[in-house]
Amino acid sequence: MVERRPFLTFLSHAVLIMGILIVSLPVWLALVASTHGETAFTGGTIPMLPGGEGWRNYSTMLGKGISTSGAPPLAAMMLNSLIMALGIAFGKIAISILSAFAIVYFRFPLRQLAFWTIFITLMLPVEVRILPTFKVVADLGLLNSYAGLTIPLIASATATFLFRQVFMTIPNELMEAARMDGAGPWRFFKDILVPLSRTNMAALFVILFIYGWNQYIWPLLITTDARFYTIVAAIKRMADVADALPQWNFVMAAVILAMVPPVVVVIGMQRLFVKGLIETEK
Amino acid sequence: MAAITLKGLGKSYGSGYAVEGVDLTIADGEFVVLVGPSGCGKSTLLRMIAGLETVTKGDILIGERRVNDVEPAERDIAMVFQNYALYPHMSVRQNLSYGLKNRGMSKAEIDTRITKAAETLELGAYLDRKPRALSGGQRQRVAMGRAIVREPQAFLFDEPLSNLDAKLRVTMRSEIRQLQRRLGTTSVYVTHDQVEAMTLADRLVVLNAGRIEQIGSPLEVYTHPASAFVASFIGAPAMNLLPVRLMSGALAMGDQRIDLPPGLLPPGLPEGAGLLLGIRPEAAVLADTGLGFDIAVSHVEELGAARIVYGQVGGQSLVVQVQAGQDIAPQMRVSFPAAALRLFRADTGKALT
Ligand SMILES: Nc1ncnc2c1ncn2[C@@H]1O[C@H](COP(=O)(O)OP(=O)(O)OP(=O)(O)O)[C@@H](O)[C@H]1O
Ligand SMILES: [Mg+2]
Repeated sequence: MVERRPFLTFLSHAVLIMGILIVSLPVWLALVASTHGETAFTGGTIPMLPGGEGWRNYSTMLGKGISTSGAPPLAAMMLNSLIMALGIAFGKIAISILSAFAIVYFRFPLRQLAFWTIFITLMLPVEVRILPTFKVVADLGLLNSYAGLTIPLIASATATFLFRQVFMTIPNELMEAARMDGAGPWRFFKDILVPLSRTNMAALFVILFIYGWNQYIWPLLITTDARFYTIVAAIKRMADVADALPQWNFVMAAVILAMVPPVVVVIGMQRLFVKGLIETEK
Repeated sequence: MAAITLKGLGKSYGSGYAVEGVDLTIADGEFVVLVGPSGCGKSTLLRMIAGLETVTKGDILIGERRVNDVEPAERDIAMVFQNYALYPHMSVRQNLSYGLKNRGMSKAEIDTRITKAAETLELGAYLDRKPRALSGGQRQRVAMGRAIVREPQAFLFDEPLSNLDAKLRVTMRSEIRQLQRRLGTTSVYVTHDQVEAMTLADRLVVLNAGRIEQIGSPLEVYTHPASAFVASFIGAPAMNLLPVRLMSGALAMGDQRIDLPPGLLPPGLPEGAGLLLGIRPEAAVLADTGLGFDIAVSHVEELGAARIVYGQVGGQSLVVQVQAGQDIAPQMRVSFPAAALRLFRADTGKALT
């Protein structure tokens, strides 16, 4: 926007502030709820300011969990989520950077077919192929395992395309110079391509970590053993108690805790993330 | 250092040949410049020597070794690219050492070579900078440095100066020449800039549409172009090529008749044969030597040291270059020393004299 009119400036700020308020109000309520006792949110008026039960709620959730709704301690579930998110992020980056390398730099038979096969998987996210995928995972004996949680989500066309795009902006002469410098394909990949796509990898890591952390349906389906519950899926189990009111203070503490790692990742990698998305200089 | 021999070299990209029938022997230590218009196959030829492009036909020998199927890295040659192709994430030092490290050279030896190259190219102050923090000319030097630290059998240059401004190009040109003289490394240099070609080359190779038109020293190519194509490509302003007809022992151009001194015309040409009369603009003299035209001047370009006169004669345009300060009349006579005239066949363009 190049327009410089005070009214427009005011308006755009007003819209932004409104947006922030709308987005943050539920988060604020969750935070408030997680610091009150059991009954505060089931009574008539909803408190808008934090209460004094925060420490008790969080330490209970992290350490013991709420056995009445079959939820194990949150710390263990967060660890599961972390393993799943990291597994998906690293797995996807590793696989897609290698497949992009193959597609861009090698002329092999059926290259076009490989390319389009990868392309088609774009149209088949887990939610679409959930029944066959479940069957395959079950037949492989991967229910209730970290492999079952991560592997079906790793194959990814989007990341492959991103790296393909990055590689195609790298001038061909760089590859030729490396060839003359005695670097074989593997050296070229490791010494030139990987360092040059570092920021893109970081950006992708942020996106994929959040994607993996927020997985809901898949972990809900394939984990029946509490040792493999992930936190996002478990929130649903906690809220779904039979014959009793959900303990909103505990549920909201879980919600707040579930939000922390993605926020940490985003803030920690913000600089690289933005650079990776906007950087054009090669 | 080694000689490079090309035997019947050809390259096809599927339909037709981009390079065909190239026979060339580059002596050990020689500086050969490949020159020609855009798309004539210069880069393709160079890249075949480098091993970056496969050979469709013929052989490439470096020294005594046939290298057609040898990997680029094993040919022991170094290449300087037009866009420099420096590794952007590595410092200058790492750029220089990468190729040596990959060859398993010892750390100490790498350091000595880099120090030496940095000294030669005055890169010492930039060794720890990234390429993006260098000017175009400095990047160019780093690209040169990457070639010389390898101490290869031959250097290949693909228009290494075309991304520099005019002034820097002149400086770098003479630096490249001196460097090559000092190192004595066989070099093949591609350019479409004829001044670069003339000043750098021990021998010029003029290419046209994938074939060699002429091989010779710059002076030879300038004074005795083997074809009308070479005549018009080498020299600025370009050689005038006037279509003429052979009429009873003289040349006829429109209503003008040019009596050639005896011996200039090769015997055996049929009466009425179509020829091209080649005249270098800078060979013109204004004094009447008996061999010349009356031209109608259309405009004059002032270059400071010289004047370029554009004129018309017998319906053809003619360009002549005269000394600065020379008076130009709207109608004037320009003459040429007989030795400066060249004749080409109009149909094939081949030189007759
Ligand atoms: N990869 C390719 N596939 C098909 N044709 C090609 C390829 N590379 C080059 N050519 C063709 O081969 C011919 C020679 O190209 P080349 O790059 O050698 O020209 P050049 O003399 O270097 O020109 P310039 O001065 O513009 O760099 C051109 O007609 C070009 O279109
Ligand atoms: Mg070229």
